[in-house]
Amino acid sequence: MSEKVLMKGNEAIAEAALMAGCRHYFGYPITPQTELTAYMAKRLPKMDGVFLQAESEIAAINMVIGVSAAGKRVMTSSSSPGISLKSEGLSYLAGCDLPAFVVNVQRGGPGLGGIQPSQSDYFQATRGAHGDYRTIVLAPDSVQEMVSLTVKGFDLADKYRMTSMLLADGTLGQMMEPVSLDVGEITKYDKPWAATGTKMERPKNIINSLSLIPEELESWNLTRYERYKIVEENEVMYEEYMMDDAEICIVSFGITARVSKNAINEARAKGIKVGMIRPITLWPFPKKVLCEAADKVKAFISVEMSMGQLIEDVELATRCKKPVLLCNRCGGVIPSPQNVMDSILEADKIGGEQ
Amino acid sequence: MKTSQIIFAGFGGQGILFSGKFLAYNGLIAEKNVSWLPSYGPEMRGGTANCSVIISDTPVGSPIVSEADMLVVMNNPSLEKFESAVVPGGKIFVDSALVDMKVTRTDVDVYYIPATKMAGDEGISTLANMILVGKLLKESGLFDFSNIDAVLDKIVSAKHQDLKAFNHKALSLGYNYEG
Repeated sequence: MSEKVLMKGNEAIAEAALMAGCRHYFGYPITPQTELTAYMAKRLPKMDGVFLQAESEIAAINMVIGVSAAGKRVMTSSSSPGISLKSEGLSYLAGCDLPAFVVNVQRGGPGLGGIQPSQSDYFQATRGAHGDYRTIVLAPDSVQEMVSLTVKGFDLADKYRMTSMLLADGTLGQMMEPVSLDVGEITKYDKPWAATGTKMERPKNIINSLSLIPEELESWNLTRYERYKIVEENEVMYEEYMMDDAEICIVSFGITARVSKNAINEARAKGIKVGMIRPITLWPFPKKVLCEAADKVKAFISVEMSMGQLIEDVELATRCKKPVLLCNRCGGVIPSPQNVMDSILEADKIGGEQ
Repeated sequence: MKTSQIIFAGFGGQGILFSGKFLAYNGLIAEKNVSWLPSYGPEMRGGTANCSVIISDTPVGSPIVSEADMLVVMNNPSLEKFESAVVPGGKIFVDSALVDMKVTRTDVDVYYIPATKMAGDEGISTLANMILVGKLLKESGLFDFSNIDAVLDKIVSAKHQDLKAFNHKALSLGYNYEG
């Protein structure tokens, strides 16, 4: 393992993207993800790469579409309001079956909102823009995982010709932690579909999301969803923490999962059997493990920095077999371990064997 | 199992974030688990700045420090804001050349160091922060003081190698300060 260095989350994502072979970055600065853009501006020109600060987020995502169509690894990054601007492009990427890696370092909303951390783009990330499509959503809870999931994100994007989104927040983007930049082998994918010139040797590759024939458009969607089904079967990631004998299950991702771990350790010291299932992929969501947990625990707690977004997926996955409590703060406020502890104590009151 | 939580706070430009980074790197070299979390936003443009550092034998959960074992303050508003965040028995390090308020708590150890004046007298006026860190290293016993040059090697950029000696001097001044 390579020597560990202290890095900010935003910079670690950028470095990992370079290690994953990304040489094209298009973006527009916005707090709290600007260090990522700045890092790329510094590094890419020295690596024969392309860094371009676009005139807007909308321009940046369309540049991503262009480079992806040419078969190269490409990314953009922003924070909440900027991702809204990129949404149209995200739908076009899906409609064209193009791979891309997109980072959202979330801040409080809606509107311009604030600049402090938030998870309130959960619906936007997991549900997306117009049309039937899916985005692979990866939710790191440490700077180290920001590195590994960035590499993974590029890989999944190429493998399934989809957008994968790294969904972080202001805290993770700004904090420094020791990180190893040993990312292992990078898989290269053939891209016979890319628009790279036929050299008069093959038929044209056409990259397009428009069809005026409903039956044709339907068949594109159906084919796409067959691929999504494979993703759902093979690419679910989650972490179980103290779930072996747990009677209460916290569900949380990213920074709130870390706050929850503090509360879990404290509750365990008091003899309360609480554990956590931390989704690492928010789509595909770890439905199976949650549904199974619903047969063992007496209650779930969704800990999130939003007004009840993650909780909907928890209720769906567990088929409402057990109560799901909401422990949340929003607008840029991070729940304290005490907030989580209060919810654990409330969940613990839920009576006996069910 | 030992965890230390430290808050550094002052004005933007006093090297608050760098002080925290220096301490975090001490932790990294000592093979501890560490996290460093800055305040960000308007602070970066010259208002108040603070950062939270956690150094632990076990993996760091939340990087947010709400109960600090140690507090380093370099202006009045920071003392006002964070005095109550220190745990009983904790330590507060005050740059008494800039902070004219006194700590009102009686259940904590307080160290008044005229760091900004000392730095000015020694011709290292930008390094008052490191004088305070030197005193923190002495009083906390967190890390071996002989490691400081190895840490400075890591965090002082190649362009500014000449600053290492000044940092060393500031840290030593604080470490040896008896007042």
